[in-house]
Amino acid sequence: MRTGADFAEVYAEDKSNTSAGLDDGRIEQVTSGRDRGAGIRVIAGDTTGFAHTADLSEAGLVAAASAAAAAASQGGGGVRNVSLTKAPVHRPNTIIHLPESIAKARKVELLQRMNEAARSYGPEIVQVSAGYGDSSKRTLVANTDGVFATDEIIRTLLRISAVADGDSGMQTGYQSMGHTVGFEIFDTVDVEELARDAARQAITKLLARPAPSGAMPVVIKNGSGGVLFHEACGHGLEADLVAKDSSVYAGKVGQLVANPLVTLVDDGTMPGEWGTLGYDDEGHITQRNTLIQDGILTDYMWDHIRARNEGRAGSGNGRRQSYQHLPMVRMTNTFVLNGPDTPQDIISSTPHGVYVAKLGGGSVNTATGDFVFGMTEAYLIEDGKITEPLREGNLIGNGPKVLQDIDMLANDFAMGNPGTCGKDGQGVPVGDGQPTLRVKELTIGGTAA
Amino acid sequence: MSAFESKLQAVADRVIAQAKPGEQVEAFVTRGGETDVRIYQGAVEHFVSAQSEGIGIRVISEGRTGFAYAGTLDESAISEVLAEARDNVQFGESDEWAALAEPDGVPITEQSLWNEALAEYPTDEKIDLAKKLEKLASGQDPRVRVDDSNYADAHGESAVASTSGIRMSGRENGCYVSVSTLADEGEGDDAETQTGFGFSVGRSPHEFDLEKAAREASERATRLLGATKPSTRRTTVVLDPMVTAQFLGVISSTLNGEAVVKGRSLFKDRLGDSVASANVTLIDDPTNTKAYSATDVDGEGLAARRNMLIENGVLKQFVHNSYSARRAGTVSTGNATRGGFAGTPGVGCLALSLVPGVRSQAEIVSDIDDGLLVQSMQGLHSGVNPISGDFSTGAAGLLITNGEVGAPVREFTIASTLQRMLQDIIEIGGDLEWLPMRASGLSLVIRDVTMSGS
Repeated sequence: MRTGADFAEVYAEDKSNTSAGLDDGRIEQVTSGRDRGAGIRVIAGDTTGFAHTADLSEAGLVAAASAAAAAASQGGGGVRNVSLTKAPVHRPNTIIHLPESIAKARKVELLQRMNEAARSYGPEIVQVSAGYGDSSKRTLVANTDGVFATDEIIRTLLRISAVADGDSGMQTGYQSMGHTVGFEIFDTVDVEELARDAARQAITKLLARPAPSGAMPVVIKNGSGGVLFHEACGHGLEADLVAKDSSVYAGKVGQLVANPLVTLVDDGTMPGEWGTLGYDDEGHITQRNTLIQDGILTDYMWDHIRARNEGRAGSGNGRRQSYQHLPMVRMTNTFVLNGPDTPQDIISSTPHGVYVAKLGGGSVNTATGDFVFGMTEAYLIEDGKITEPLREGNLIGNGPKVLQDIDMLANDFAMGNPGTCGKDGQGVPVGDGQPTLRVKELTIGGTAA
Repeated sequence: MSAFESKLQAVADRVIAQAKPGEQVEAFVTRGGETDVRIYQGAVEHFVSAQSEGIGIRVISEGRTGFAYAGTLDESAISEVLAEARDNVQFGESDEWAALAEPDGVPITEQSLWNEALAEYPTDEKIDLAKKLEKLASGQDPRVRVDDSNYADAHGESAVASTSGIRMSGRENGCYVSVSTLADEGEGDDAETQTGFGFSVGRSPHEFDLEKAAREASERATRLLGATKPSTRRTTVVLDPMVTAQFLGVISSTLNGEAVVKGRSLFKDRLGDSVASANVTLIDDPTNTKAYSATDVDGEGLAARRNMLIENGVLKQFVHNSYSARRAGTVSTGNATRGGFAGTPGVGCLALSLVPGVRSQAEIVSDIDDGLLVQSMQGLHSGVNPISGDFSTGAAGLLITNGEVGAPVREFTIASTLQRMLQDIIEIGGDLEWLPMRASGLSLVIRDVTMSGS
């Protein structure tokens, strides 16, 4: 702060991780990694200067701070003393077995069990790859607004992909699980079942017919379609995009933006979920934020700087990929609450449409609201019944219209698979969830008439 | 890479000198920095100045591989990384083909990947470039505003050394400017916004074409204003050069030798077969200095080289690193890729290009009665499966009617399969341009693609 800036912040992290990969029937490699460093941010007026360093000595930090201050390009002077009050510990997760306390052999063994389970599911399975990853990340953030917070996040991840071969060529299946807890997750998660599910998807699709093309009703299975909301409106509710008027939801607080069935929440405190944190990466405690209540837009998501500029409280959504990145507004765990219907009612009241049992990734243009997401496991709905499997494809829709078009919402809420959300070149872990729901009309990007 | 010896070479050399009998060791060391300037409404929104370094060490013993890395070059950390990599060896399962690359005698095509003019370029001028680009882009059309205007550069040096005789170091730098635009039209419920982008890349800022970047950013946004959702039908599509480059990126994963030896390529049994229309010749050539991703050595330190992959529609060759080549019973094609110090080498195309045809995009369009010019694709990571070949992406573009580009369309998908699309290529444009990706772009005409809209 020697240079007379408005705001300065230091964020330090120390991260260790272990990963293991199995492919083609053998453990190919175990990898250990270590990353630590600090990012220093200085803000003067509307200009942010940022520098980072892997050198955590006093000299290294001072050099980075000078670079950040010079980048914010302010002269002048004066030293300001800031009193820091350490924030109380906030740990939404209970960790029993830290990753470093578990022998690597036990981690590798999970992959071998999954490989075995997937291959023995059916003779059509010709290839399997699987990966295990865990990480421990300790962070510290302090700033000239008096914030001083530390956090520790443990992650455990498992993924498997299976290839089935048949007369119509090859098809793939994929399953994953990720939680912000330690190795105890495997006391409750059946890894063989994950593997069999990936194998089942691949084999089922060998008999799949080309997906239809054109607009029709789409039913999305619980716990598989949170990405729909992530793309259809989540990104558009991030205050940095709203501030630049590059979101279709700018200026719409208090307005009906979705079918009144829809209540959308972003909650960084859900125990064990993939997007959960104790403090966000700017030292703001995570919390549960209702974004849409009964269809009415109630609030955006905020980081420290946008909230500070507006003179309001933050929402715990300031996140960054690592100490090498500037924080910005990001989602944590984003989900839609239960509605009144049952999943059976939704399917049986749909004469013709598509049932999506598993979604792939998605992306959105926040300025237009146009978004796509992939369907990796889907079926036709004919006369109110789920019938034939469909080949893969993208679905496309427009966010504000799709939110209005959600016309049935079930009571079977479930969280989905771990996701990585990309924005402006940075990836952060996020969670999502929803009950089974129906969108009156979405465009299916298949090839069949 | 070879004309310059990095000080990092000594770091890598010291690691491999510690190899024990019967142990293969490879050390890959990098150090680099970057500048990132973002301008918004005439002022610097952020200025990022960053330095990073790190080392990755691979150990192979009795066919078992272990790997570890650290984002620092502290001597004590390097010792820990070697110890961790050795510890990890015991958990790898023995693979008869696992081994480090060995020098293969292929000469290196010298390239100048380092530009001193960029290294000495003053910070103030970097900021001015981004400001100038913002001003140029916002002045193109009254309906256009600029979302952000950016200047970025990066420089890095790296060294690799291995007990199998690889020893190579080098450095490179590069820079780009980019601008994102928003075009607005209408009021209230009729208000509409479309987005565009433009960019220019170079080994030095003197190579930038700011005017072109600004013009393209403005045109991409404004020409989509008023876009409607088209009706569902099968049609002929013309892919814009940028879109073609993305399409080639998808095709490249089917030609990946590792995918082939592990049975994950849809072309695994098709060498020598006709897999594409006869006008298709596809070459991977990182020694072409015009390629943005041009390089002289691959991720294992072998010479980068020109490889003919598809010739007149016939599949001639896959790309390999030393591991996939050994398994396939062939030699490395110099296509090892490495994403930095935190990973081991993979396989990939480095600078892919179709051999261009002769006609311009306008000439090509003039022959199409009913078609679609695809300006952008959305969701390539979610709706395209290079193993099954299913292809489906969101798209935006302009309808082609009676030989002319007309009404803008959006919120629809285009779909086919990769196998069919390669066979359905009816013309390749003469408008080749190298883009900031691992492939070049040109106009590409594909028939019988399903457009799904209303």
